[in-house]
Formats: sequence, structure tokens, C-alpha cells
Amino acid sequence: MFTGRNLDSPGCRFAAEKGVPVSDKSIEAIIEQADNIDIVFDATTAASHLGHAPILKKFGIFAIDLTPAKVGKMCVPVVNLDECVSFDNVNMVTCGGQGSVPIAYAITRVHPETTYIEMVSTIASKSAGIGTRDNIDEFTQTTKEALSFFSHVAKTKAIITLNPAEPPINMRNTVYALVPEPDIEKIGKSVHAMEREVQKYVSGYHVTVGPVCENGRVTTTVEVMGLGDYLPSYAGNLDIMTNAAVRVAERRAQMAGGVSLVG
Amino acid sequence: MSDNKKLMFFDSTLRDGNHAIKHQITANTIANYCRAVDDAGLYTVIVGHGNGAGASSLQTGISLLDDNVMLSVARANLKHTKLGIFLIPGYGTIEDNITPALALGTDVVCVGIHCTEANVARQHIQYVRSHGKEAYGILMMYHMATPERLVEEALKLQEYGALGVTLMDSAGASTPNMVRKAVTVLRTKLDINVGFHAHNNLGAAVGNSYIALECGAKIMDACVCGFGAGAGNCQLEALCALLKKEGIQTGLDLYKLLDASEQIIAPIWSDGKAQTVLSIISGMSGVFSSFATHVANAAKRFNIDPRDIFIELGNRKVVGGQEDMVVDVAMNLAQMKSKDSRDSFLESLL
Repeated sequence: MFTGRNLDSPGCRFAAEKGVPVSDKSIEAIIEQADNIDIVFDATTAASHLGHAPILKKFGIFAIDLTPAKVGKMCVPVVNLDECVSFDNVNMVTCGGQGSVPIAYAITRVHPETTYIEMVSTIASKSAGIGTRDNIDEFTQTTKEALSFFSHVAKTKAIITLNPAEPPINMRNTVYALVPEPDIEKIGKSVHAMEREVQKYVSGYHVTVGPVCENGRVTTTVEVMGLGDYLPSYAGNLDIMTNAAVRVAERRAQMAGGVSLVG
Repeated sequence: MSDNKKLMFFDSTLRDGNHAIKHQITANTIANYCRAVDDAGLYTVIVGHGNGAGASSLQTGISLLDDNVMLSVARANLKHTKLGIFLIPGYGTIEDNITPALALGTDVVCVGIHCTEANVARQHIQYVRSHGKEAYGILMMYHMATPERLVEEALKLQEYGALGVTLMDSAGASTPNMVRKAVTVLRTKLDINVGFHAHNNLGAAVGNSYIALECGAKIMDACVCGFGAGAGNCQLEALCALLKKEGIQTGLDLYKLLDASEQIIAPIWSDGKAQTVLSIISGMSGVFSSFATHVANAAKRFNIDPRDIFIELGNRKVVGGQEDMVVDVAMNLAQMKSKDSRDSFLESLL
């Protein structure tokens, strides 16, 4: 089911065309159908998800939260997918987090003594909807916290920039790490292995710069090009979120399926 | 709209000037400067990292001093002048930066956004206003948008509660006509004050500020000694002298500004006024002024003509906050160059 506030919205019409049941009653529609729903993807806003989360929990529905509300377990599939699916609410962090955490993790698994991690995400203005804009502060804070959470580096920073250039730019994430004595060859191998892992669910995820090192500063840039199927190809930042969320749902469904087969 | 209202001088010396010394401003400089200009008739003294509160980073440069230390020192030395900060959403946040800044006695918050992205400033402007403090919207890189678009974005800032909207010529790319058109149209469409912040890449900062004022801008955002990113800013004391000659009331104390310029800023600005051949290219290409240091470093590292880097950055329409593109562009140019030389080497073998 696809539920929103407006049956005439492009998303709602698209879902209806595909034969998906639609509703304009938002969370109410889910409550009415609670017995038939196992998984909900919440793509509203951080403030709305704070209201939705307890309702979904009450009905025993697995929530995949695509807002930066941070209610549930933070999930970046290449790092902690299996651990996450046993929780009742999983938070997909932010698109910047999905783009940069894999790189940060690839560096810190080689160098746990990394002292500082910073990420800079630049996305096309056209791909930043009103949700992102209204939540720019939550976006920045949540991405920063995710960097610390996944890399185990206490001091982190997240920067987000919108670029209105035409034609729209692809999403770009630069990760800087301060490493006392970096083994750049090992880091390179780890980063490129991670790149291939992410490419399994986001094929347009490419390391374009580095990792390179100068004065203990390791710099890596990845670009994320979207598939261009439903959303335009410059919206790689949205694809990386939705594909990560779908991956969580698939794993959850696999596990649930396993249980019911045994039963 | 009140044409009789006094001019308001926003002093960005201790913020934009921080770019010129790689964000290494000291507590001593802040204290001495604030004491020197406290009675100079300025509306507010803005203090912080060049890219504003929360911007100390590997991307733009690490500050010598923590934001809160800079603010505490400034507050202790400003008795009659409002203390201001600049903040770009996406760098700084309410939780990490605005809340502590207000607690330390900040009166004025200038929220900077790229000129087409006003709605990312909503949260911050509303927060500041709801706490009884002054918020202003700053449309950065204003040269990249049409006057109509600037109006559209400025109206949003007004709706959120901004007390004024300042056009920031971040790249020093303005011509006098661009200033005239943009300021005039904003003045006609907005109920709140309009301001102008110039950069001196094309040597027009004081002149452009004067034109903005003639077209009805009330907020003059400038720096003593012109201390600022790239080619520097509108030199506040020069603007002050010019306005005095024109018989325009400023409320400024020229000698106090001249003293601060000569005794406090000039000695720490080792490069002097940074109007160089490169700053002209930077202004022509419309590249964010604070990219200058990054371009110089990358040019050296990849052995590329820095002019080519500026021009390519301009072609790619980079905006403030995209300093990581500098290395990318320099690397690409270096690759093309080595490919060219390899091609000509191969050709010479044929």
C-alpha cells in the first residue's frame, strides 16, 4: 500500500498506475490495515516519524525510517545489516550517511586509531525536497552522529551543500580522515573493496578521488549516480537511501520467511 | 520602506578576515580590535571562522580558536556594539552553534545560504527570532541568480522573520550594473532592509557598495582594511571617507576605523591586500573568494596554472562549500595535461 496526503501527488498516481493500493489518509490508513502490514517505509519528515514510531511499534509493524528522526537503530547495510533487522525500528540515517559511512568505516577498520573523520556531501538542489530542506539541521546532526557511531571515532563533522547548477550535478561525498601514520595501500584496498560491496545495491557508487594522503590527511571522494529509473539519474542521493532501505526490507522478509517455513 | 533610516554598518572584519589568515585569528587580535572599534559607530561586529560558526573543518580550514572562545573574547570587549555571528546551514546547526552563541551574548545572527536556496535558512531564522534576537538572511554568490529569482528567495527570508536581506558578492564578480539592478529590485519588493557585502576582485568593492547605497541599501557589510577572503572586501574606512565627502551621514568615527586598520589589522595581514592577478581571474570566473588558498595549494601540488583551475571551477558553477572540487579539477587538468604531452610525444614518434 502507498499512503500519503494527496491522491493527486505524482508519487501516489505512479503507485496507483502500478496497481498498488493507495490512500490519502497517511498513518490512519496503516492503522486500519495494521493486521495485514509487516513492514512500513516511512518517508515523511523527522517530526512526523516521531509521531508514527510509537504507533507502528504498538501494532508490531517493522519500521524502516527514511527520515533523520533517529528513533531506531541506525543502519548502513554494508556495515550492520544483519544486526539491524532484529530491531523493531531501523533508521536509514541520511543520504550523506549512506554515501560516506561505508568509506569512513573502510578507513577505520584499517586504522582504528583514526583521530577525526569529516564528510562533505554536495547534492543537486533539484534532488533536495522540502523534507531535506526543512530538516537540514537534523540532517547535519544525524550524519555527524552516524559517522561517530559507525567509525568509533569520537570527533566527527558533517557538512552538506546544495548546488543548483544546470544540468544537475551527481551527489558527491568527500571523506577526510586524520590518521597518524596511514598505510595508504591498505586503506586503498579496503576502500575499493567497500566500493564493490555498495555497488551491489547502488551500481552508480564510484570512488572518483583517492584515497590520497597528504600530511596525515586521507581524502576520498565518491560520486553517486542514480539509476535514472523512477527518479532522474542525478538523484543518486535518493537512490542510495531507497536502495539501502529496500535491502533492509528484503533481509527482514527473508528472515521472517525462514521462520514461517520452519513453523 | 523608510528612506530616512540610518545606515547600518555590519563589520565582518573578524569573520571574513579570518579567511585571509587561514582562520588563525588570535584572542588578542579579537580583544584589541573589539576595544578599538567599540565606539566607532558600527551596528554590529561579526566574529568567527571565515565560513561562519561551525565551519572549522578540513574542507575549509581548521580554526585556531573554538567558536565559543572567539565569541566570549569579543563579548567581553564590546560594551556598546552588538555581537554578531555568521552561520551557513549545513555547516553549523542550531544545537551545536546557535544555541551556545546566544547563550554567550550574541545579538545578531546572519544566516548565509547560496542565493537560490533560501528555504534551508527557515529553521535558523525562526529559531533566532523566537529567542528575541536579530536574524538577517544573506544571499551568497548573488551573481549566479537573476534579480527576479533573488526577489523570490529574499521574500522567503522576509517571511521567516529576517530583519534584512544582504546580497553577498562572494566571488567579487559584480559589475556596477549588476549591483544596481539587484539592489533596486529588492528595495522595491521587500519591506525589510537590503544590504550589500562586496569583494574586491575587480577593484570595485567600495564603488559597488556606494552604488548599493544609492539604490537604497541600508546595510553596508564591510571590513576594516578590506581584510577578507581572496582579494579582500569593501574597505570600511575608505567607504566611510567617501561617504563623508559626499555629505552622507554615517555615524562612523573615521579616525577610530583608520587606527584599527593601521594598528591591528595591517600588521597581521602578511600578504597585504590580496588583490593579485589571480584574484582578478577568480572574480571574472565567479568563483567563491575563499577558494583562493585552496587553488594556490592545488596548483602547486599538481603543477597546473592556477588560472586554469579558476576558469574550470567557474565553468562547473561550483558554489561556496565545494572546496573539495578544487583538488578534483586540478587532478583532471593534470591528467589532461599529461595525456596531451603523451599524445604529442606519440605523434612525434609517428
